Amino acid sequence: MANVLHIVVCAGIVPDPLQTLEPVTGPNGPGLKNEMVLPAVLDPWAASSLYEAANLAGKNPGSKVWLVSLGPKAKLQQVMMTVAQKVAFELVPIDGPIGGFPDAHSTAAVLADAIAALPGLDRNRLLLFGGWESATRGAGVTLQIVGERLGITDQFQGVDQIDLNEDGSFEVLERIEGGRHQVSACAGTPAVLGWATGNLAEPRNNPQVGMANMRTIMPALQKAKPTTLAANGLRYVSVSLPKQQRTTRVVKDMTPDQIAAELAEWIGAE
Amino acid sequence: MGTVSLPEVKTMLALPGDAVRQIQWRFSDRFDIQMLVQSSRSVARGTVARMVAAGERNTHEWTPAKNEMLEAFDRSGITAAFMEPEEGGFIVGPKNLALSLAAFELAWVDGGAATASLASFLALAPIHERGTQEQVTRYKTLAAPPQPGEDRTPWRGAFALTEPIPYVGVDTGMLSGKLRVAEWKDGEEPWLQVDKRGRFITGIAFANFVTAAVMSDDARIKGSCVIIMEEGDEGTFDRGTPTKKLVHQLSSTGDPIFNMKVPASRIIGGYTVKDGVIVPNYNHGEVIEAVFRRTRVPVGLMTAAKLLSAVEPVIRYQRERFRGAEGSRPGSLRYEQGIQQREDALHRLVDVWATGEAATSLGFAAARLFDALDPLEKHKTAVLKEQGIQGGRSEMKALKESEQRALEMLSLKEGDPRRAELEADPLVQYVLMDAEGNVLCPATKLWNTGHGANMMREAVSLMGGYGITEDCPGFLANKWMDAQLEATYEGPEAVQRRQLTVTMTSEVFLAQFRAWTLAMRRIASDRPGTGACTLASAMNLWLWTLNYLQKSTDPAGNKLYHGQRQGVTFALADALCWLLASRCQILDVLELDARGAEDAVAAEGLAGTVQFLSDLCHTQAAQAAGEVSRICGELVFGYNQHPAWDEAEHRNCFLASELEELEETMPGISAMAVDVLAADGSHPQKAGPCAGCAGSSEFLRMQNKLTTCLSGSRLAKDRAADTVSKVMIPEALDYPA
Repeated sequence: MANVLHIVVCAGIVPDPLQTLEPVTGPNGPGLKNEMVLPAVLDPWAASSLYEAANLAGKNPGSKVWLVSLGPKAKLQQVMMTVAQKVAFELVPIDGPIGGFPDAHSTAAVLADAIAALPGLDRNRLLLFGGWESATRGAGVTLQIVGERLGITDQFQGVDQIDLNEDGSFEVLERIEGGRHQVSACAGTPAVLGWATGNLAEPRNNPQVGMANMRTIMPALQKAKPTTLAANGLRYVSVSLPKQQRTTRVVKDMTPDQIAAELAEWIGAE
Repeated sequence: MGTVSLPEVKTMLALPGDAVRQIQWRFSDRFDIQMLVQSSRSVARGTVARMVAAGERNTHEWTPAKNEMLEAFDRSGITAAFMEPEEGGFIVGPKNLALSLAAFELAWVDGGAATASLASFLALAPIHERGTQEQVTRYKTLAAPPQPGEDRTPWRGAFALTEPIPYVGVDTGMLSGKLRVAEWKDGEEPWLQVDKRGRFITGIAFANFVTAAVMSDDARIKGSCVIIMEEGDEGTFDRGTPTKKLVHQLSSTGDPIFNMKVPASRIIGGYTVKDGVIVPNYNHGEVIEAVFRRTRVPVGLMTAAKLLSAVEPVIRYQRERFRGAEGSRPGSLRYEQGIQQREDALHRLVDVWATGEAATSLGFAAARLFDALDPLEKHKTAVLKEQGIQGGRSEMKALKESEQRALEMLSLKEGDPRRAELEADPLVQYVLMDAEGNVLCPATKLWNTGHGANMMREAVSLMGGYGITEDCPGFLANKWMDAQLEATYEGPEAVQRRQLTVTMTSEVFLAQFRAWTLAMRRIASDRPGTGACTLASAMNLWLWTLNYLQKSTDPAGNKLYHGQRQGVTFALADALCWLLASRCQILDVLELDARGAEDAVAAEGLAGTVQFLSDLCHTQAAQAAGEVSRICGELVFGYNQHPAWDEAEHRNCFLASELEELEETMPGISAMAVDVLAADGSHPQKAGPCAGCAGSSEFLRMQNKLTTCLSGSRLAKDRAADTVSKVMIPEALDYPA
């Protein structure tokens, strides 16, 4: 029998990066101004992991992909109208608060409980995927804690590639300092892989895939139970956007080498 | 940057998003359509926008890059949206709303891309509407994108109706394309010779098949028909030269020439042989009527999309206008608000936005109506067929009774059991919707594109000189130009006005119009801020004017409301469009108000969103009322001869001496008299004694009421302008420019 994988992807939703993101303090702590009404997307790092998961599942017949996502279910539904057309998966929605400021331990606990309760999940075949970072406000530890709670100790972060061997073992390429990769060998599942960008392009929308996914997504969204996340004493003193200055020039006649040289000069000057 | 406390918000927080629009335009429960919207948006703001930014519009020829756009349509499901699931599609049932939304999303970036997506549908539409089952299966299956595992290129089509001068632009009943019998052996199917020259034919550069309107040039063929030709058929399939359009360059247009031999089974809808004559089951008029009443709606929505797409880039331009200048420091009013410090800039953008909302509401109302009408039409055809009734005139005659039942239904009060009984009758439902569709379709095509093009000019002007450059974010100058083509193709404005002059006087439509007027008053009672009362008054004035004109003559005794008197009929048709658009806009906001709370995303800041959109409704209703008042006033008074200072008219004037006497018994009367003749016969310096006409007092009373009904509309505009100056927009446009 081929390597049958059970891949669970943890992916949150974040405001579309083009939106104006302005921190505000509300009654429930910090958040982003008007976040609920801003268009949302699947966190791009986690989205990479979803596409890698689908690709891996496609190469290993009998495998299955679950997408576990915590967020307001109305918002999740909006995002699914695009994401569901990309690749085949089963959505496990958890109706929770929006925003990236809840305590990572509470979030991880809810996610781990939802994964543990998945019917038909074989935890010996489990690959737990997610984003290495979040496009907005990732604590950087949530996926690791989910893995720990599920008893998975083989964990890899900044993953760009996984190569599965016939005996179920696999090699993983992880990003390390200096723009290099570290190659790790793992005896087999279960494992946690926090993905960087991977190597796959974003799949094009395919409504046929979307319609197939929707048969399970809509009932799942309807049944999603509301969840609250405990603060666990977490308190934010202040929240701010990274200091940045965006200066845009439209240049049409520079070679890649010239562009690289200018970037290097600019970085050196900073 | 530290955190700040968020004050309680009662204004619209951000630009209306998908959750709001899905409720307004009634597809929040249709995830198949929602997915199509997302797919279309992704192609529009990705592939299409990159092409436009890269200058792909600068060629008239069909290029490999433009062809890639078609492939993107195939991959993303846009092509398949027209098909049934068994044909390779994914949307079940009528698709007018779905296709309209896809065109809307594409036109948000480029109208030519939207037209390219619609062109193949237009070619397939005659087959879809009137084709035999064999024809439907063959061509829709061939045109469907390849399924997983299939390796083929989908067929694309072109619809060839328009012909070269002198036929171009004339009544589509006249055709120069000819059809003759080429070969007809006993017991076998006849072969036909088709000679057709097309002009401005969309999609011709890549068409694998063409559906062409032709007239019989042979005694053995009766009348006209629409016929299918394939590029592999015997004869000449010359795609002609590309049209040198200044607009919509992402769609292919050319002047093809066909000289081909095809089997008679290619006649759309089939044929019967009677006494040795081939009789097409549908003449070309019947086919194109069924097609155009549906395909014209997406065109109207394309222009509407342009208007709404202009809002975000204009706001960004206005706010950032002075940034970078000396003396414009962060935190200063000049830096933060830019041109939006000025009321005029805000008010003009409110006008553009309000028009976009109204046009969109009108178009999607029409699209939804046709979705509802499609199954009823099939039912009607089946019922009448059972009774042995088929074809245009005999069907119209047979439906007279249903029309009477529909009128009776509309005359009954809500809750009357008889009304419920009549409402449940599918034929009554059909005649009601048919009458409405016959008006909404041309109204959408006419008003959205015609007035929309004018308002696109306004949007361009709001960007200053930047607006007419290639660098203008949102491609606004392109959109302005494109709107002009949208006003022209698939039936220019005069054709739409002509159709309206007939359909808007239908008894069934007018009965519904009266009911809508009453409904607007009721809405106004519950929601006074929407402009519904203003609109109801304008609707009353329009109806009164129509009645008056239908009964009146000019000084020469000629009828005023007459088919040839387009100065009257077309103007009244224009006025009606304003009313219909405004009504649909109000109904969409009410829908959002009623159902917004059910959706957690739409519910966020719902009160502010509804308030703003209501203010836009009020603004638009006031604009509509002004137009209607102006047009009706001109029509009612404009055909009367102005009184002159002659002997006959003097009898209606006071003499100065008479007034002096009357002043003794009626002090103050002199101040009331306007037309007073002096003893020497001299008169006030004006054209003649003030005019009046039969019924003028009633008209003036209504017009006066309408004017007072404008109360509050400018306050609504001020509120809307304030929101425009504060609403949050993204940091950058989500497509390249």
